[in-house]
Amino acid sequence: MKINIQRESVVTYEVNMEGATLLEVLNEIKRAQDPSLAYSSGCRSGVCGSCAVRVNGREVLACSHNAKDGDLVEPLRNTPILRDLVVDMEKAYSFNAKAKAWQSSLADNIELSEENQQINELQSDCILCASCYSACPVYAVNEEFLGPFSLTRVWRYVSDKRESDPKEKIDVAQTNGVWDCTLCNECTLVCPQGISSKADIEKLRSKSSMFGYMDPSFSNFGGGFNDGSPVF
Amino acid sequence: MKSRVVVVGAGGAGLVAALNAHQNGAEVVLVTKEYPTRSQTCMAQGGINAVLNETDGDSVELHIQNTLKSANALADESAVSYMCQEAPKAVAWLDSIGVPFSRTPNSKIAQRKLGGAYGARACYAQDYTGLKILHTLYDRCLAEGIEILNERYLLELLTEPEQSGKKYIRGVSLLNKRSGEVEILEASSVILATGGYSRVYNTYSTNSLSSTGDGIAAALRAGARVSDMEFVQFHPTALKGSSILISESARGAGGHLLNSKGERFVDELLPRDEVSKAIHDEIAKGENIYLDIRHLGVEFIEKELPQEAKLAKLYENVDPADDLIPIKPAAHYTMGGIEVDSNSSTSIEGLFAAGECANHRVHGANRLGGNSLLEIVVFGKEAGINAAKYAKNATKDEAILEAKELSENEIAEIKRYANEISFYEKQAILGEIFYKNVGIKRDKGALQEALKEVQEMKSSLPKMGVSDKTKEYNTNLIEFLEFKNMLTVAETILLSAISRQESRGAHFRVDFPATDKKFRAHTIVDAEGVVSYEN
Ligand SMILES: Cc1cc2nc3c(=O)[nH]c(=O)nc-3n(C[C@H](O)[C@H](O)[C@H](O)COP(=O)(O)OP(=O)(O)OC[C@H]3O[C@@H](n4cnc5c(N)ncnc54)[C@H](O)[C@@H]3O)c2cc1C
Ligand code: SF4
Ligand code: SF4
Ligand code: FES
Repeated sequence: MKINIQRESVVTYEVNMEGATLLEVLNEIKRAQDPSLAYSSGCRSGVCGSCAVRVNGREVLACSHNAKDGDLVEPLRNTPILRDLVVDMEKAYSFNAKAKAWQSSLADNIELSEENQQINELQSDCILCASCYSACPVYAVNEEFLGPFSLTRVWRYVSDKRESDPKEKIDVAQTNGVWDCTLCNECTLVCPQGISSKADIEKLRSKSSMFGYMDPSFSNFGGGFNDGSPVF
Repeated sequence: MKSRVVVVGAGGAGLVAALNAHQNGAEVVLVTKEYPTRSQTCMAQGGINAVLNETDGDSVELHIQNTLKSANALADESAVSYMCQEAPKAVAWLDSIGVPFSRTPNSKIAQRKLGGAYGARACYAQDYTGLKILHTLYDRCLAEGIEILNERYLLELLTEPEQSGKKYIRGVSLLNKRSGEVEILEASSVILATGGYSRVYNTYSTNSLSSTGDGIAAALRAGARVSDMEFVQFHPTALKGSSILISESARGAGGHLLNSKGERFVDELLPRDEVSKAIHDEIAKGENIYLDIRHLGVEFIEKELPQEAKLAKLYENVDPADDLIPIKPAAHYTMGGIEVDSNSSTSIEGLFAAGECANHRVHGANRLGGNSLLEIVVFGKEAGINAAKYAKNATKDEAILEAKELSENEIAEIKRYANEISFYEKQAILGEIFYKNVGIKRDKGALQEALKEVQEMKSSLPKMGVSDKTKEYNTNLIEFLEFKNMLTVAETILLSAISRQESRGAHFRVDFPATDKKFRAHTIVDAEGVVSYEN
C-alpha cells in the first residue's frame, strides 16, 4: 500500500499493512522507515483530538481512519504548519479565551434536571481536534473569526442553567462571531463527534436576537436601503 | 522567582493544582508536553467516586473500607479517609464549575456501580467522564487567566543543596518542542503532575502514548524518592492487537469471556486482578481469548456500547454484534509514584507531586475503579494550596542560568550518539519482556532476567540515539528522551518487584504466592537504586 504524505513536498511511503488505521501506518513509517516524520497522537481511540489531519482533502482523525492505498495525507488548514503534519494550535485555541468560552462564576446549589443537562450534552463531547476549524471557509477572508469549535463551546455554556451571565458571552460573539459564519455546514460534515457548529451558531444567533442584537447585514434597514454589502 | 509556582503536566491533577495555587495567591505557570486537553485524563470513561447521599445504604465509611480492602493493607488509612470524606465536596466543586455530569430523572447527579464498590457511587458524564472533567477544568484555567506553556518537554528539575544537606527546588529546564531551544523556568515551588508509567509496557498498555513516567524519572534524578513502583494494575479486557480499552461495562452488562474452544473459564464479574489472572493462565496454555457480547443484541450494543463497537470494528475488524472480540489483559494504571507526605510534598523542599505520578498511598496494592479521578481532584487541590503557601515564604531568589548550558550539552551529546541500534526496536522488546516477565504473574528468575535486559539497554543508550538531528519539532528526539525515562522507571519497578517476596494485590509472585505480613510496608527506591521499606 502506498501512502502519500505532504511534507515539504509530497513523499510516498510503501507499507505492507492491510486494515490498519492511518495512525498505525504513520507509526510504522516512523519506526522502520523515517524517524524524522512528525505528527501528533495520544489516545489512539478518538478522544484526545491530537491526530486530526486531512486525507484526500477531508479532515479525519488518523486513529479512526482506515488507511487506503493511495491516500494523500496533509496537515490541517487555517493554522501554521510547524513540521510535516504538526500544526500550531495556539491561535486556534486562543479563540476559546477570546470568546469567553467558560462559565462566568461558580454556581452553587443550582438544581439541574436531566433535560437541563441534555441540552448541551453533545456540545460538551467536543475533543478540540480542530477539524471544523480546518474545514471552515471563513478563515480565508477573516483570520479573526471566533470559529466553529469556540462558538460551539460558547453555546455549551450559554445554554447551561449554571451560567449567570449569558449576555456577556452573547455580547462578545457579535464581533467576528455568529454573524460572520456563512452557514455553509462544512464544520458539521467533518466533526468526528457528530457536533454541528453551524446549528449551534444558529442557536446563538437567535439568542442574540433575544438580547436585542440584529444581523448586521440588515441593520441598515430603516436608515435607508441595504445594498447587500456587509456593514460593520 | 518569588512566589512563582510552576506546574508540570496539565491533565486533571495539573489543572486542579494550577487553579488552587492561583487562588492562593501564587503566580502560576502551567507547562505541558502536549496541550492540556490532550492529556490522558480525557480517556477516563467510567466515573469519579463520591458517596453523595447515604440513603441507599452506601456511606463514606464504606467507601473508605472498600478502598482499604482493595489496597490489600497497603494504603494509608488517614489519606484514604481524607480522600473519601472530601469526595462529595470535590464532585460538588466540579459541578459548580460546569462539568456536565449525567443526571437522574429527579435532578441528582447520576451514579453507577463500579467493581469493588458497595453501591452506585461513581459519578459520570455518559461515556466521557474524563473528557468532560478535563475540558471544563481547562476552560476554568482560561477564565482565571492562568499562563499555559504548551508543547514544552520537562528535561530536569533544578535543585540546590541546602546546608542541612537537604535539597530545595529552584526551577525546571524545558525543551521547547517547536523551537528546539532549552528554556529555564525559575520557580519557588514546582508541582509535578505528569501522569503514570504504563507505557513501559509499550503496546501492552491501554494508556495514552504520553504516559512514559517522565516526571517520576526526573524526580529520581533530582534525588527524590519513589515508592510502590512494582504495583501495576492490569485491565482484563483490552483489544488484542492495539490494547485499546474495552470498558468494564461490557462484562457488567453480561458479556462472556471465551477461550478458543468456546468455553467460559472464569466468573467474569470477579475483581480485575482475578479475571486478568485467569485470562493470563488460558493464554499461557496457548488459548486465544475473546469477549462475547453477541447475545446482548444489536440494539443494546448500539445504545450502551457504541464506542466499544466502533473501536472493535476499526482495530480488530470485527462487528461485536456478530463476532467475538479478541482481547488480552493490558497494563492500565500504575499505583506507584513519587513519594509524598500528607501535604503532597516530596523529599525535595518545594517540590510537590499529584495525580498518577505521585504516591499519596491511597490505592495501595490495587486501585479501585473511579478512585483515580477522585484522587487527582482531591490531592491536586492539596498540592496547589501547599505549593502556593511554600512559594510565598520562599526566600531564595538567585539566578540559575548555568542549567541551560547543561541541558543543551546533554541534547547535543545525544545527537552525537552513534545510532547503530534502533531504540524503537528496543522499546518494543522492553514492552514484550515487561508483559511476559513483569506482568500479571512474576517470579524471581523472570524478574532478574528483565533487570539484566533493562540494564543492558541503559548502558547501550549511546549506541542508540536519534537519526533526526533537526532542531525544530524533533519528535524522534522527544521519543528517545521518553525511552530513556522509561528505562529509569523500568529499573525501579524491577528492583521493587524482586525485593517484594510475597503476593499482594496487583503484584503476584509465583514463587511467593502468599501475602506476607512482613511486607505490609511501602517499597521505597532512591536515586541510587537502594530499596527499603517504610510504613
Ligand atoms: C482508558 C482509561 C480509562 C480510565 N478510566 C478511569 C475511570 O473511569 N475512573 C478513574 O478514576 N480513572 C480512570 N482512569 C485513570 C485516570 O484516567 C488517570 O489515572 C488520570 O487521568 C491521571 O491523571 P493525571 O492528571 O495524573 O495525568 P495525565 O492526565 O496523564 O496528565 C499528564 C500530563 O503531564 C504532561 N507531561 C507528561 N510528561 C511530561 C513532560 N516530560 N514534560 C511536560 N509535560 C509532561 C502530559 O502532557 C499531561 O498534560 C483511566 C485510564 C485510562 C487509560
Ligand atoms: S457553517 Fe459557519 S462555522 Fe461552520 S464551516 Fe461554515 S462558515 Fe465555518
Ligand atoms: S466541534 Fe467537532 S470537529 Fe470541531 S473541534 Fe470539536 S470535535 Fe473537533
Ligand atoms: S490519537 Fe487521540 S484522537 Fe487520535
